[in-house]
Amino acid sequence: MTQRSPQARIEHRLVLGSSRRGIQRAQRSLISAAQQRGYDRASCFALRLALEEALTNAILHGNRNNPRKKVTVRYRVDSGRVVIEIEDQGEGFDPQAVPDPTRPENVEIPAGRGIVLMRAYMTEVEFTAPGNRVRLTYVRPTVQG
Amino acid sequence: MAAAESLLRVAEEDGITRIEFVDRNILDEANIQQIGEEITRLVDETPQPKVLISFQNVDHLSSAALGTLITINNKIRSKDGQLRLANIDPRIYEVFVITKLNRLFQIHDSEDQALASFT
Repeated sequence: MTQRSPQARIEHRLVLGSSRRGIQRAQRSLISAAQQRGYDRASCFALRLALEEALTNAILHGNRNNPRKKVTVRYRVDSGRVVIEIEDQGEGFDPQAVPDPTRPENVEIPAGRGIVLMRAYMTEVEFTAPGNRVRLTYVRPTVQG
Repeated sequence: MAAAESLLRVAEEDGITRIEFVDRNILDEANIQQIGEEITRLVDETPQPKVLISFQNVDHLSSAALGTLITINNKIRSKDGQLRLANIDPRIYEVFVITKLNRLFQIHDSEDQALASFT
């Protein structure tokens, strides 16, 4: 359900197939909501990138590209913060077990940077056991006004 | 089936392959795969490839795109070649810094600087 009052929180729930099209649909929806609430380009860049990484993980590593499995995205956007919850139908994973790709011995490995980027661009990233659900929180920088 | 349209603009000059992305957004996984295959083909065709990739038209990317760049870099280095990146928007450059890939890749502010750095 979407609320359209200029000051109101925008809330949305999307159920996506495990496909690239689903990621694009979710990005369009979230960025449109963020823009309606006045988030600037830097914020939209951060939100788009974090959502991209979280959904790619959900589809690729969670649902393992299984077209029968879905990803559920819920987001809330208000003037001060954006909260996004993403849940896949996979078995989950232990985020602590993912090798740190920024360590010198891992820097040439071409994978594993999604979580690093989510943590860098979001205010908070919380995985819920068994690891098939993640909540991304973005607090609007005060300098944006 | 018709061949997919190229996602790259490629120019060869003085033994250097200069590559630009056609799309401003190189997030898309299918695009990334095609970009990786196209650049790999160019690298495969050259004994000691010298490749300059310009990010002039890029305003979004993802960890998957970074992974493809790492694979390309590994391939070029395995052939004793050289890879340079240039014209990266500050917001995109920040992604390289966060992932510490600014230490892996040779990144230059301008194409001229990048071209001058080839040995």
